[in-house]
Amino acid sequence: MTNSWTDIKNTDLVVVMGGNAAEAHPCGFKWVTEAKATRGARLIVVDPRFTRTASVADYYAPIRPGSDIVFLMAMINWLIQNDKVQWDYVKNFTNAPLIVKDEYGWSDGLFTGYDPEKRDYDKSSWDYVIGEDGFAAVDMALEHPRCVWSLLKEHVSRYTPELVEEVCGTPRDRFLKIAEMIGECSAPDKTMTSMYALGWTQHSKGAQNIRGMAMLQLILGNIGVRGGGMNALRGHSNIQGLTDIGLMSNLIPGYLNIPTEKEPDWQTYMSSRSFKPLRPGQTSYWQNYPKFMVSFMKAMWGDAATAENDWAYHYLPKLDVPTYDILRMFELMNAGQVNLYFCQGFNPLLSFPNRAKVTEALSKLKLLVVMDPLETETAHFWENHGEHNDVDTASIQTEVLELPSSCFAEDDGALVNSGRWLQWHWSAATPPGQARHDTWIMAQIFLRVKKLYQEEGGVFPDPILNLTWNYADPDEPSPEELAKEMNGRALEDVYDTADPTKLLTARGKQLLNFSQYRDDGSTMGACWIYSGCWNEDGNNMARRDNADPDETGAYPNWTFSWPLNRRILYNRASADMQGRPWDPSRKLLEWDGEKWTGYDVPDIAPTAKPGDVGPFIMNQEGVSRLFTRGMMRDGPFPTHMEPFESPIANVFNPQMRGNPVARVFASDAEQFATSEEFPIAATSYRLTEHFHYWTKHNRINAALQPEFFVEISEELAAEKGIRRGGWVRVWSKRGEVKAKALVTGRLKPMQCGDKLVHVIGIPLHWGFMGAARKGFGPNSLTPFVGDANVETPEFKAFLVNIEPATGEAVS
Amino acid sequence: MNIDLSRRGFLKLAGAGVAATSLGAMGFGGAEAAEQAHVRAFKLASTTETRNTCPYCSVACGIIIYSDGDLKAGEEAKVVHIEGDADHPTNRGTLCPKGAALKDFVNAETRLTTPRIRRPGAASFEEISWEEALDKIARALKDDRDANMVLTNDDGVPVNRWTTTGYLAASATTNETAWLTYKVVRSMGIVGFDNQARV
Ligand code: SF4
Repeated sequence: MTNSWTDIKNTDLVVVMGGNAAEAHPCGFKWVTEAKATRGARLIVVDPRFTRTASVADYYAPIRPGSDIVFLMAMINWLIQNDKVQWDYVKNFTNAPLIVKDEYGWSDGLFTGYDPEKRDYDKSSWDYVIGEDGFAAVDMALEHPRCVWSLLKEHVSRYTPELVEEVCGTPRDRFLKIAEMIGECSAPDKTMTSMYALGWTQHSKGAQNIRGMAMLQLILGNIGVRGGGMNALRGHSNIQGLTDIGLMSNLIPGYLNIPTEKEPDWQTYMSSRSFKPLRPGQTSYWQNYPKFMVSFMKAMWGDAATAENDWAYHYLPKLDVPTYDILRMFELMNAGQVNLYFCQGFNPLLSFPNRAKVTEALSKLKLLVVMDPLETETAHFWENHGEHNDVDTASIQTEVLELPSSCFAEDDGALVNSGRWLQWHWSAATPPGQARHDTWIMAQIFLRVKKLYQEEGGVFPDPILNLTWNYADPDEPSPEELAKEMNGRALEDVYDTADPTKLLTARGKQLLNFSQYRDDGSTMGACWIYSGCWNEDGNNMARRDNADPDETGAYPNWTFSWPLNRRILYNRASADMQGRPWDPSRKLLEWDGEKWTGYDVPDIAPTAKPGDVGPFIMNQEGVSRLFTRGMMRDGPFPTHMEPFESPIANVFNPQMRGNPVARVFASDAEQFATSEEFPIAATSYRLTEHFHYWTKHNRINAALQPEFFVEISEELAAEKGIRRGGWVRVWSKRGEVKAKALVTGRLKPMQCGDKLVHVIGIPLHWGFMGAARKGFGPNSLTPFVGDANVETPEFKAFLVNIEPATGEAVS
Repeated sequence: MNIDLSRRGFLKLAGAGVAATSLGAMGFGGAEAAEQAHVRAFKLASTTETRNTCPYCSVACGIIIYSDGDLKAGEEAKVVHIEGDADHPTNRGTLCPKGAALKDFVNAETRLTTPRIRRPGAASFEEISWEEALDKIARALKDDRDANMVLTNDDGVPVNRWTTTGYLAASATTNETAWLTYKVVRSMGIVGFDNQARV
């Protein structure tokens, strides 16, 4: 989230599209209710199903799964056509005026540079014209035919209300009504917020869905303001933290990158990360990359990381492919190329697509280690549970270790909520039986491996032997010690760079924040964006002052919000070019002639004059990007792409299947279905009474939603002869599930051009372990393909078939 | 704002205060002691309370956990009740049907209590000691790493990556667990590293 849960009360219009907050984030959704009750805010829901959020909306429109980009680009087109644009914001705070190379273009659904063999673009034409002064050329009047604004206008001109009706199945009048409601928020004193979740991410073009809305919000001037923003409602309690700390194939904490093979040495690695400003006077904060990177290397390897050995650069692995994400790892596993696999609090047997393939892959491992508080399906994947897990146990040679770990009630530490608040919590109970903290388990594994290398020698032991491990109890590092490492510490006295006589932090003390990170090895800090969370003031994540001056919703002294306790990102954009708030009644920051004052920590230097420095300090341009250059693999603007399994062909290019640059493994491509074989569109979702596959271990939640079902329309039920509450078989090209039919008016067939598209909904909470009845999940059916940029699997749009089945009678 | 007085302490004080003032004011001086002697203590008054947050969704509602036993005093403690934290700015005491039932997640019958191993081809788990389990893991890691670590690519560039072992991290562990996990996994050169954010 750019903003926070409590900030939503400041909005005028809530758009829930790609999510279902009332169902999935109920206690956060109360801030929508608050905005409706106290500000007269309105709520729009766009979703294939009439959801729980839709039931309290002011306006609802249906949309076919996987067609969101058409809706969003048509919305931008309508806003431009109807002059519903926050012009001052667009001109000054976005890259609308920047001039793009003549070679860039789009035709037949594809951008320039497409190579069908490589399934990749040559992105060199997707870039700015750089002038002789070394800066990007601009036309502040937005009239140049090659400026971003002109190109955007042209790009979205294809997306009309008629196309929305044809492709999305959204009735034209519903689209237009929503356009009018959204258009009102182009006024500088009106804001709209976007609340989305996995309904947008779990597509082969998920990242482009989100870009579409981000662009819309920029055009309306809604980023950086109270009650605005792009609000990703993260699924799990610490997904945000795990991502911030970089527990992904290609990441280093704080959104730094693991090097690739093309960066054989430190100099090469750093040379592509100089982040020279592209417009005069801009901050381009990533210029500090070396400070963050060196401090990270010192946190990892301490004295073994020196200037002479390039901070132990070769201790880091170098990637030969963009990522070894889960899809690639299970592909390799299925090919017999993975021997050991660890699952820490994660249940891939129910979470990853194409369960048959997942089972087959796990069966090829030598050793599977599962650390979890609960009995997971993954740990029991080899156990036969009849139709719910019909495996041949004796033939599965995988050895499985199931290790009992503690849960939230039994440990101390911080979780990062969706609004980037690092909230410390305290343990209240003893772990049951022999269950142990994950920190103890990880330390035990590490220390034993280290000992083996010390005793036996072995291949490249250096990064293991030299890993810093200065903990009071090496067997179980404490949360306090680990949190302090993430904040960072002075290894030598740290002086002010502007005044070398001024001591900022003495050797051995906690750094104030990342402004004190250095690239000469005098500081260590594991996760720069968290720095400030535990400085010499103590544990700022444990702060519990819930005062909220002037009731802005900021709660500045409640725990700690990264970065620097900032509550709303890009907050400088809440004020105009003179530094006056766009909406005085919703002031966030204001320029008082000498400095920025207000309710939040400004994201530009507190004394940077309003006309000089742009609000989007992380970008080399200093402004936000409507056109994203070559930074995304599938285009500088979002363009319509159908799901890999779609009931209709791409209207721009019927030959194009799915995302043309998404990675597809050969065996999976064979398992993509056509709409002739599988005519029904399906989507997955969660329910308010359950949390993934955890709460089915809890009798109360198991009683509230005891049994797996699929949701289908009355029309489809009539067509297929399916009884309300009767059993159905749903199958895709990859597997099948048996479920009770929930026949409902909440889902309706959609008329897309001359095709009537039926959609069914499949919730995800059942398996074969725990207290609830045994059932299935959507992953038995879904295709093994991910988003082209981040490899998030396409769970939200796929094809199935359905028929009545037999089973026990329902009363 | 953050008054350092636990709810338990508050209840005790309030209970005693009401009894003393009302009874005393009405002239029932002697009744006071008798009254206090037979009124059973409020059930939560004997518990330890701890601030925590709901581990399910990213709203991260504040909760208060009531335990039988005090960890800080070195005692064993068991969760007896969980409720919303009215001081928390986001949820202000409310919980959804998941958060409201959290106690039964902590105390679920299917909580794991002992390390177990399933041998190749076996039809069930058997118990194993932590020592044995951890030694087995360390041995497997070292052997696989020594056999499969890729030190250089075809061009002789040092790449130091290990692709035959993978690690899937969680979605609800603390930042601190995450960082320690990061250190261990990265120091070994594992690149098949991911967390629930991917899906
Ligand atoms: S109580 Fe419900 S809304 Fe609150 S954090 Fe837990 S799951 Fe989310």
